[in-house]
Amino acid sequence: MMPEIYSKYPMVKYLRKEALPTALCPGCGGGTVLNAFANAIDQLKLDPRDLVVVSGIGCSAWIASPYFLADTLHTTHGRAIAFATGVKVGLPDKKVVVISGDGDLASIGGNHLLHAARRNIDITVILVNNFIYGMTGGQVAPTTPFGAKTTTTPYRNIEHPLQISETIAAAGASYVARWTTAHVYQLIESIKKALQVKGFSLVEVISQCPVQFGRRNKMKEPAEMLRWFLKNSVPISKAKKMSPEELEGKFVIGEFVNRQRPEFVSELNKLIDEVQEHFGLKEV
Amino acid sequence: MIIRGDEPEQIRLLRKLYKPGNYFMQGNEAVAYGALFAGCRFYAGYPITPSSEIAETMARELPKLGGYYLQMEDEIGSIAAMVGASWTGFKVMTATAGPGFSLMQENLGYAVMTETPLVLVDVQRSGPSTGQATKGAQGDFFQARWGTHGDHPIVAVSPTSGQDAFWEIIRAFNIAERLRTPVVFLFDGVLAHTRELVKIPDVDEVEITYRKLPQNEEEAKLPFGDPHGDGVPPMPLFGHGYFTHVTGSTHKENGLRDVYTPEVHDRLVRRLHRKIEKNRHVYEKYEEHFTDDAEILVVSWGVTARPALGAALKAREEGIKVGLFVPKTVHPFPGERMKELGKRVRAILVPEMNLGQMILEVQRFVNDDVLLKGVNKIGGVPLTVEEILREIRGVA
Ligand SMILES: Cc1ncc(C[n+]2csc(CCOP(=O)(O)OP(=O)(O)O)c2C)c(N)n1
Ligand code: SF4
Repeated sequence: MMPEIYSKYPMVKYLRKEALPTALCPGCGGGTVLNAFANAIDQLKLDPRDLVVVSGIGCSAWIASPYFLADTLHTTHGRAIAFATGVKVGLPDKKVVVISGDGDLASIGGNHLLHAARRNIDITVILVNNFIYGMTGGQVAPTTPFGAKTTTTPYRNIEHPLQISETIAAAGASYVARWTTAHVYQLIESIKKALQVKGFSLVEVISQCPVQFGRRNKMKEPAEMLRWFLKNSVPISKAKKMSPEELEGKFVIGEFVNRQRPEFVSELNKLIDEVQEHFGLKEV
Repeated sequence: MIIRGDEPEQIRLLRKLYKPGNYFMQGNEAVAYGALFAGCRFYAGYPITPSSEIAETMARELPKLGGYYLQMEDEIGSIAAMVGASWTGFKVMTATAGPGFSLMQENLGYAVMTETPLVLVDVQRSGPSTGQATKGAQGDFFQARWGTHGDHPIVAVSPTSGQDAFWEIIRAFNIAERLRTPVVFLFDGVLAHTRELVKIPDVDEVEITYRKLPQNEEEAKLPFGDPHGDGVPPMPLFGHGYFTHVTGSTHKENGLRDVYTPEVHDRLVRRLHRKIEKNRHVYEKYEEHFTDDAEILVVSWGVTARPALGAALKAREEGIKVGLFVPKTVHPFPGERMKELGKRVRAILVPEMNLGQMILEVQRFVNDDVLLKGVNKIGGVPLTVEEILREIRGVA
């Protein structure tokens, strides 16, 4: 049952108490993301009955599923967005949120991420980018920085990381923002915006995994990782004036896009109306 | 959508759109129309020969009925979207062929573990791999049974004609709903593309089943319990404020993950098996022809059951006492009946469009003193009446 400490935490009302304490390591950025998400829901006064949270497999997938008290669908590795697509079609009036890791959503699930953005389906994706596969023990991810050490790049990573936010902005999403766990207030604001945008929204959160990433890259304390984020973050407005060489190893933060485009499920429903009208199937 | 309460409107639409009567149509179309009559209002898929006409028919017809067609980015996404939609209350279907079926296996296992009703049509084609993409086969008998990982039960239905496909797909939906489980529909490229007479009935002649919903908060809190003792938990749909947690990991009756306690895993997986075993009456189905006095038995399934029937009729004309046994639900195999029939005959022939798959199930239920022989043909061309008759004469 719920240890005493949780009763002091105002957001506890949003958590599935029988699932606590969380399985996340002490100092993991996942806690910050859960906190930011709960605060965003609280500030928007959203009823958790109007939420469905979907996640894949990985430490980050656990952040809201099972811990968030809503309908939660904990799916197979990489497929959360595809599951969420079916949920959204069935429940167009609910907020459908996907929270999962960079390995889950951008590696094995990269295709679903890209195509959900292209369709512009009204789901909110909170992608926790910790540069590593935490749950499976610290292997290289498609986001691992060039030159970093992981258990499967013991000498150094020779691959270039995927710039997720930039890619998904280009793919057609309605809203894309990136922050780090050191930018909590901005993160909450972006989650709130993402939840209100009608269309596909992505909030990428650069998050610390001191246990699997930090430890192997000379930052074994969570605070060291947060300082690293702060020191290397560049606001997007400033980044636009910088050269690729200057941006190497930096984290571009801020809002990438915020625009209106026809949304998938409403277009689908519009189409059904038109077809029924055309064939004279509407009840008169 | 066909969720309780929408029936009058849906019946009005079905009646207006599809007049009862005889139609000349492809097997694939018969599957699609059957699904629409069964209440399927959500289809997610990815095109593949020889299944594509199912997708095309659904894309054309579903919007008329207020239903949803989604073409996903691949098969993995398709079955994932179906599971998501099923948890919102839709009756859902996809259609694919061997290579796509292989891709769907992971989330088919997820659907078994999370007890999500769905219907997966596999229009079997010649393999392995891309094989003869446009040719029919019966090579996925065991892919349906053992394709996904773990220790799972499965229900698979296989029709023998276009007309049969219309009714059997409805039955597949009813089984899926009644048992809260995925059902595999093993069709094949030959029947899929054969045009023949299919009689569309009046909506009233079609009986449809709905999944059990929780009767009260208590039941809703145990989405994986067994309050009625039949192994089938009521399904608390998303969006009703139940705060349901669904996971493919081993879970307790309340849905929460527990992958460490052996008893929890044992209890869950045994119930999944028990649910299928105990409810045999819901899905078991087979056809018999002249089995009363048969000395030789032909056991066949799907497309091959047709030339097998032709061969049995001809052999009877020649005075050979042949019977025909056709399992319509092929998994779980109707073993009890097979055992009884096996005791009464001296030879059993098993024609199929593969190098011997269902014959292994038959073998499990018959004694060694029965002569058991496969009649196998691959290459994409169905077995003929003559080819099967020749084998019957050979053992007569
Ligand atoms: C199909 C499949 N392949 C591999 C795995 C093993 N696996 C579990 S979690 C994971 C990576 C998770 O990484 P990420 O999404 O970045 O999450 P993190 O644990 O770092 O938060 C992998 C590869 C799996 N569960 N399923
Ligand atoms: S391994 Fe890393 S990502 Fe996973 S819980 Fe621990 S710190 Fe967090």
